[in-house]
Amino acid sequence: MTDFSGKDLTCIRGERVVFARLTFSIREGELLYLQGPNGSGKSTLLRLMAGLLRPVSGELLWNGQNIKEDGEKFRGQLHYVGHQDAVKTALTVEENLNFWAEMSGVKAREHTVRDALNTFSLGHLATLPAKFLSAGQRKRLNLARVCATSAPLWLLDEPSNSLDTESLIQLKRVITAHREKGGMIAVATHDELISDSNTLNISEFTNTKETTLEFQL
Amino acid sequence: MSQCFQVFKSLIRRELRLAIRHGSDSWMVVMFFVLVVILFPLGVGPEPAILTRISSGVIWVAALLSAMLSMDRLFQSDYEDGSLDLLVLIPQPLELLVLAKTIAHWLTTGLPLIIVSPLLALLLNMEASGYGVLLAALGLGTPTLSLVGAIGTALTLGARRSGVLLPLLILPLFIPTLIFGVSAVDAELTGLPSKPQLLILGGLLLAALALCPWASAAALRQASE
Repeated sequence: MTDFSGKDLTCIRGERVVFARLTFSIREGELLYLQGPNGSGKSTLLRLMAGLLRPVSGELLWNGQNIKEDGEKFRGQLHYVGHQDAVKTALTVEENLNFWAEMSGVKAREHTVRDALNTFSLGHLATLPAKFLSAGQRKRLNLARVCATSAPLWLLDEPSNSLDTESLIQLKRVITAHREKGGMIAVATHDELISDSNTLNISEFTNTKETTLEFQL
Repeated sequence: MSQCFQVFKSLIRRELRLAIRHGSDSWMVVMFFVLVVILFPLGVGPEPAILTRISSGVIWVAALLSAMLSMDRLFQSDYEDGSLDLLVLIPQPLELLVLAKTIAHWLTTGLPLIIVSPLLALLLNMEASGYGVLLAALGLGTPTLSLVGAIGTALTLGARRSGVLLPLLILPLFIPTLIFGVSAVDAELTGLPSKPQLLILGGLLLAALALCPWASAAALRQASE
């Protein structure tokens, strides 16, 4: 049984304690909601989970093993969707997706890439240069990247931004399917994507007087 | 291992494809190179003897400046559109990805400079015997420039006025390549052997190949924090 957890995580950005002693755990098939007002550190926590940021203290464990021990293996287990869509405007929609599929090390089969595009209704745009895509379509392309190759852990930062109602339903369907296959998801969003999920309220760990003082010393 | 190679190849292919689609970028670097060299006869006067004397130095300095000009393309756009985060998260050594990007960068900027350099040598009245060594020296020297430049570009990601900061950081590091590149051609023109200088240029390239990807990768990890 796979699980991903963080113990006593503290993160400091620009001499400010973003959160302190934060603990979370995600098990197979679970979705973790990151809740909190703007600027409370949801994106920071997701970047931390991905290993893009390093915590000041605490550790992240994949199946009980610290992710620092085998970074490459851990990176192979996750998909990260950030605020930016990582879309190259000079390449076509399909080329963009193909590239990331190849880079994940999975031998990109044409139909998986096609299927991923169709999942987010981008199939008919496959040969269009990505510079003609709207903000919502770019977001969908970035989400299609996550579907194109399989990884058990998805870290989604505001995945529903600029999506229309129909795409939102597609996203929910994809998330449910991923959980049914035993996937794990951590998501920061203001939309109610799935109702039966664990919630982590980051503001409980932020800016408490005690922790601020402690880390100033 | 084969997966490493696959990823390496995919990244180079994507970079080349992007460079071809943004074709004007490579052309601008080459045009800049040509224009800088053309300025010299206008500035120092058209006496053939003087031009012959300064030809190798002028071509090298112009190549250095052109390489400098193209450097910001290496990581900047990936940094801006979020691709850099995803590249850092690829389950392969980041050093390998940096090397692939640098090679692609050299193929799209360094190589065109080498190709037009004989034309400029002709323009500056360089003696025919120097052409071969000039090409060899540039062939060994420009990859070093790309490799060293990658460190500077990675370090200045996200910095204010990185366009000014970048030359200050890496131009001093280009000096060894410049010295040996110029003296290889000069040696050949004065009838001395140019092999020692070329060997040193080769040594510099190997050292850069072994060290620079690691430094650049460390700087990129820092930038994505």
